[in-house]
Amino acid sequence: MDKIPILKMGDFLLITIQVDLYDQLAENLESDLVNAVNKFKSKGVLIDISAVSIIDSFMGRILGNIAIMSKIMDAQTVVVGMQPAVAITLVELGLPLNGVISALNVEKGMELLRKKIYNGYNPEQDYDHSSE
Amino acid sequence: MIIVANKEEMPIIREQDVIPFRNRVKDYAVKAGMSILNQTKLITAASELVRNLLKYGGGGRVKIEAVTSGREVGVRLTFEDKGPGIKDIDLAMRDGYSTGRSMGLGLPGTKRLVNVFDIKSELGMGTTVTIIKWKNG
Repeated sequence: MDKIPILKMGDFLLITIQVDLYDQLAENLESDLVNAVNKFKSKGVLIDISAVSIIDSFMGRILGNIAIMSKIMDAQTVVVGMQPAVAITLVELGLPLNGVISALNVEKGMELLRKKIYNGYNPEQDYDHSSE
Repeated sequence: MIIVANKEEMPIIREQDVIPFRNRVKDYAVKAGMSILNQTKLITAASELVRNLLKYGGGGRVKIEAVTSGREVGVRLTFEDKGPGIKDIDLAMRDGYSTGRSMGLGLPGTKRLVNVFDIKSELGMGTTVTIIKWKNG
């Protein structure tokens, strides 16, 4: 059985979707992720979909669910790297992914998460500073 | 007049049949010379319809055809199930309507992604949906 790895990075969870999702895989990701947020007390979830070439209404709903569930668990979700053709198709399909926050790439997504969670304050920088 | 250049049929019985099917549709779209955007639109539409086929029709068959009409080339997909059929097609084609647990944008949303969208359904007999995406459509 395929599984999408969920990587823990400090207060964040990082998910890179590299395969075409079928329904079971997407549903498993949804529950694995909520469990991981709970287990690691994560503050933010970053989902990289730059390798995803198709998002249909089911997949869109999964992304929306993940964002809502994480929010209820006190974590922010950012979806990054959506391909232009996917974005255009989603809007024409009538699926604007309300509630899903997105960023252009992983770097910008991380920045956005930090801003949202620490309100611009970066604990790593602070750590470097105090060690001087 | 639409001329069929190449065709094949695939049974869609389980969820696992969806990805190989989508890959075949992609092959046809690439062969037709479609842009990435039109490929994405076609495959997304195909994905929506194949999901309906499984969810409401209990599985069925899909015909994939490379078609030409005059100067246009494109891909035609025919989704056929022997499910319960759709009671009110006009209602099903309205934005925001759904009997299942999806978001209720399956059919009208799908129609917007393709150039030709035709649906025939008979209660108790099943549903057939035909779509065409032209290369430059």
